[in-house]
Amino acid sequence: MSSHAPDPNVPEPASFAFTEANMAEATKIIAKYPQGRQRSAVMPLLDIAQRQEGWLSRTAMDYVADLLSVPPIRVYEVATFYTMYRLRPTGKHHIELCTNIACWLRGSDDVKRAAEDVFGVPFGSSNDDVTLEEVECAGACVNAPVVAYKDDYYEDLTYDTAKALFEAMKDGKPLTPGSQIGRQTSCPEGGPTTLKETA
Amino acid sequence: MLQDRDRIFTNLYGFHDPFLKGAQARGDWDRTKEFLGNGQEWIIEQVKESGMRGRGGAGFPTGMKWSFMPKEVGERPHYLVVNADEGEPGTCKDRDIMRHDPHKLVEGCLIASYSMRAHTCYIYIRGEFYREAEALQRAIDEAYDAGLIGKNACGSGFDFDLYIHRGMGAYICGEETALINSIEGKKGQPRLKPPFPAGVGVYGCPTTVNNVESIAAVPTILRRGASWFADLGRPKNSGTKLFCISGHVNKPCNVEEEMGIPLRELIEKHAGGVRGGWDNLLAIIPGGSSVPMLPKSICDTVLMDFDSLREVQSGLGTAAVIVMDKSTDLVRAITRLAKFYTHESCGQCTPCREGTGWMWRVMERMSQGKASVEEIDMLFDVSKQIEGHTICALGDAAAWPIQGLIRHFRPEMEARLLGATSATQSGTTHSRAAE
Amino acid sequence: MPKLTIDGIEVEVPAGSTVLQAAESIGIEIPRFCYHERLSIAGNCRMCLVEVSPGPPKPAASCALPVAEGMIVKTDSPMAVKARKGVMEFLLINHPLDCPICDQGGECDLQDQALAFGYDRSRYNEPKRAVEEKYMGPLVSTEMTRCIHCTRCIRFATEVAGVPELGAVGRGEHMEVTTYVERAIDSELSGNLVDLCPVGALTNKAYAYIARPWELKKTESIDVFDAVGTNIRVDSRGGEVMRVLPRINEDVNEEWLADKGRYAIDGLKRQRLDRPYVRKDGRLQPATWAEAFGAIAERVKGASGSSLAAIAGDMADAESMVLLRDLMTSLGSRSLDCRQDGAALDPTQRESYLFNSGIAGIDQADALLIVGSNPRWEAPVINARIRKRTLRGGFKVAMIGEPRDLTYKHENLGAGADVLRQVAAGKHPFADVLKAAERPMIILGMGALTRPDGAAVLALANTLATDLGVVKDGWNGFNVLHTAAARVGGLEAGFVPGPNGRNIASILQGCESGAVDFVYLLGADEIPMARLGKAFVVYQGSHGDAGAMRADVVLPGAAYTEKDATYVNTEGRCQRTHRAVFPPGDAREDWAILRALSEVLGHKLPQDSLAQVRDRLASVSAVFDDDTAVPASAWGTFGEPGDLADAPFESVITNYYMTDPISRASRTMAECTEVYGKGNQQRTGTNG
Repeated sequence: MSSHAPDPNVPEPASFAFTEANMAEATKIIAKYPQGRQRSAVMPLLDIAQRQEGWLSRTAMDYVADLLSVPPIRVYEVATFYTMYRLRPTGKHHIELCTNIACWLRGSDDVKRAAEDVFGVPFGSSNDDVTLEEVECAGACVNAPVVAYKDDYYEDLTYDTAKALFEAMKDGKPLTPGSQIGRQTSCPEGGPTTLKETA
Repeated sequence: MLQDRDRIFTNLYGFHDPFLKGAQARGDWDRTKEFLGNGQEWIIEQVKESGMRGRGGAGFPTGMKWSFMPKEVGERPHYLVVNADEGEPGTCKDRDIMRHDPHKLVEGCLIASYSMRAHTCYIYIRGEFYREAEALQRAIDEAYDAGLIGKNACGSGFDFDLYIHRGMGAYICGEETALINSIEGKKGQPRLKPPFPAGVGVYGCPTTVNNVESIAAVPTILRRGASWFADLGRPKNSGTKLFCISGHVNKPCNVEEEMGIPLRELIEKHAGGVRGGWDNLLAIIPGGSSVPMLPKSICDTVLMDFDSLREVQSGLGTAAVIVMDKSTDLVRAITRLAKFYTHESCGQCTPCREGTGWMWRVMERMSQGKASVEEIDMLFDVSKQIEGHTICALGDAAAWPIQGLIRHFRPEMEARLLGATSATQSGTTHSRAAE
Repeated sequence: MPKLTIDGIEVEVPAGSTVLQAAESIGIEIPRFCYHERLSIAGNCRMCLVEVSPGPPKPAASCALPVAEGMIVKTDSPMAVKARKGVMEFLLINHPLDCPICDQGGECDLQDQALAFGYDRSRYNEPKRAVEEKYMGPLVSTEMTRCIHCTRCIRFATEVAGVPELGAVGRGEHMEVTTYVERAIDSELSGNLVDLCPVGALTNKAYAYIARPWELKKTESIDVFDAVGTNIRVDSRGGEVMRVLPRINEDVNEEWLADKGRYAIDGLKRQRLDRPYVRKDGRLQPATWAEAFGAIAERVKGASGSSLAAIAGDMADAESMVLLRDLMTSLGSRSLDCRQDGAALDPTQRESYLFNSGIAGIDQADALLIVGSNPRWEAPVINARIRKRTLRGGFKVAMIGEPRDLTYKHENLGAGADVLRQVAAGKHPFADVLKAAERPMIILGMGALTRPDGAAVLALANTLATDLGVVKDGWNGFNVLHTAAARVGGLEAGFVPGPNGRNIASILQGCESGAVDFVYLLGADEIPMARLGKAFVVYQGSHGDAGAMRADVVLPGAAYTEKDATYVNTEGRCQRTHRAVFPPGDAREDWAILRALSEVLGHKLPQDSLAQVRDRLASVSAVFDDDTAVPASAWGTFGEPGDLADAPFESVITNYYMTDPISRASRTMAECTEVYGKGNQQRTGTNG
């Protein structure tokens, strides 16, 4: 079950309120939009709530709705429409693997397998420890296949590098985001074909 | 081949400092005040003369789009919105601009906004690009601090605010009216047109939505002159373009090249060629997942620009070149795209909501050989029932990859369904056999 | 006005019209699901696709396409028809096709259109989608697998009802229409969702699986659960009212019907008085009509006229009121009142008790002051019209009374009479708003007039209206909002105290003192029965409610669905119900009961037919005469200036779902009271 569907077995938190720091951040965000258009801040505020709680509960949605004077149903619509909102708790490691065409052509199936081998659960499943989730195109196609983990991308994965990456995650070791084959971002492997003088 | 001095994005790969100092060293923010001083009409005229067509996929002439905005600001303020919701499978060019050359975008936002009398600009960046948003925000903060934007931007007397609005995971928000709804805090469902955004956009106000690459190219066009840009490429297909080359090539990469470069040259010069050699090529999707694929025979000679690709019933789209060699199970590849469009359909229009899932499920069966040959015609017909029948172009985008497959690889599909080829292939050479 | 050609016919329509509207204006109906003329345009169903040139070589949604000069539209070209067939096929692939067990069967837009554009077999070989049922409360049933996602219900709830509680969550093929929180829709107009739903996704919970539309006899009638006079259609089978639907009347209810009018009808079958009763040995005993009339005659014989009184209830029809008035007069009594709540309405001046601007006048108003009323509960359809007006902007609404959620933005000026005094004296900022308005409006509710100081409030409102320009040349924005369907009819029929007659308060006092010892209750159930003292009470009406419980003689009358009867709505609009079914058992039409009784009492009324009764009505007031315009009268002064009490203004309705004998007998309304009144809105384990 994807983290994007609420789990009826997970109880709603009794209450929710932004921390002081998050409230300050929320206030800053609301100020980006013209007066009377505070509804624009729904998405970023839900994101803040999710980062605070680890997932997005209905209690938090109601809180945001109230804060912005938006009917709750309009917030539920938003929260269920955008797939980055996690409507149920995820595992400690939330691993998102792109399996769309560019990643698939370059071996996302191997990365899937590496994840299953390391975490011992089938891809697409979730437990307290790990959530292995398929996502749509991550927008890093020339560095495929790609895994997204805690706001960073891990790119150019193979079975072996993916396995090493997942093991490091599991062991709480430091990770190096970006290309896992040491390549400079989207530059062709082995050096640029253009802009050589400046490179 | 395009020479380095004609390249716009000179820090494409991030070898250098992406931020203000580095950007200024690369020529950004040079003479910006002077350009603003030349007036709104001059800027729009320059962009028109450059012949630039929108870099987001549809290829609409950018200068003309800008000229649709009201010439005077009435009761409603004007807005520029930059579409950084890069999510078309195969596409990852705007990401590089935002993380490696963000000042080109920030400067472009100021110039474009000024020309359209918009004092506020929102950059809508996809939520997954968290680090990119951080880099861009840093550039924006630098620009504010340096007086380049904000009150009296660049000393021009023009007040200009620039904000980032992060998406949260919806491909459809790359459609400009869905994006506008999303900025307003709503579901990203495309709006009916008319009214067009230039009349009724963000908050009901006149709005122009442009792609990151289009906006980021503008300062350089003004600095180098419209004719410099216009002279590159071919008529009506002018300038340089960021290409993303992914899939079965030896060295997948992004690269800025001249419009109209032959597809084969693009791949062989910059991406190390097709894996296993050009003859190992099966098909290429030349402009992001939404455009129909081309078989090798067309790829041999086709040029990479709007009109050339249109002539072969495909499109330049976002110039995301997805290369598939002969090991590729094309039916599976397109099935994956069909699944993607089902997942990303907003659900508003009947044909797309119902049809994308239908096509995906038929494709799923076909990729397993569990369909009849007659269903190929039915599938094509269903795709035609979606195409052109929806509010936005996602319906078309879902239909075209399948139409492209049927158009060029029907015999292979039939063979699969008749059981002639039992060998299931997979997307990669070192993958386990597909189920 | 742009000129265009549709299917070869040239047509000129106002700029800004859509192609669909233009086609409609020349009688070409374009199929549609999501489009509804009273809702915003969604353009999502894609059923209304037509071929248009000039333009791109693809069909366009006619519901959302503005007309343009020289446009050539083809609504039935091969391109258009193919597009529609495609859309129909898509709609049907995930539709359950359970028409045989669907309540929408026979009146389903999807079914009808499928006949025109559907294929006879499906090409869809994949699994069909099933959607979990949703809970929307005690009135609306859901079967969301049938939903075609047209979003009419969402737009109605958000735009018309003003309760943004419905939404479409999820996306793509997983999009679902829901409250998300599984709560009852908090609206008094929720039944309209059923009418709007083009398929059987939202159906009438109280009408589930009991009838097919083609079995029903359809009778045009008038709703009597409030004073709006909503035009309705009563659908009956055999002797049973199966359901009530709204009819379109742009001036009154547009096409909406409040929930009580739609859902209280099960009360027509319960607690009915189906035979006469006479109290013997302290208990009501079944009796024959002759016995009942005899008991009354015995009591009335030789009584002095001043000891007799009659009170008409809130659902009494004008015919029976005028006959009872005549009968009482002939018995020497002028103690009559149709204002059982004691409202200080002045029967001598029509403008003082009417919704003078007309309901449609709300559309033109540019400022509104509501005093002592909660229109959301007292007249949900009028409230929706006010809301519609607020959405257009340039319309300031303020309220004096206990704060209420009216579903639209308004300013609560305070609850007490002092605020009204300030406004009337021009000393309150809102007085300036009214003064500056071109068409200001005041709505005076029964909560303002049923107070002990009601006459003083009326006088103050009169002053306010005069001084602040609420009444001016060509505009009368002085509007009394009644809650009783019978009220204006009673006032027009003269069911008010005559010379030396007692009004309601005085009748009750007389009963207590013994000066009045005979009271005729014509469907009057809302008076404090205990105050009738030792009086002999006759109750004529349809339900065994408070009045019948107290009565010494019960005469079983007909409910509004069982008689041809006249009602005058709050605007002074005379409208008629028609008999859909017969009254139960020995019950009779009310005018006929009075005619028969008059004979037994030795004061035979001269009217032998309904037509003659209506002639009599017409002779009392031109309102009842179809052929005569009601003469306009000059704006005068009314009410009785005096001190105002400090008590806050409150609505007279505390529970919308139970206001009268019929709704009190309704199980559906009892359930609504439980759900809405007691806040038990969440779905429970047993009502899923």
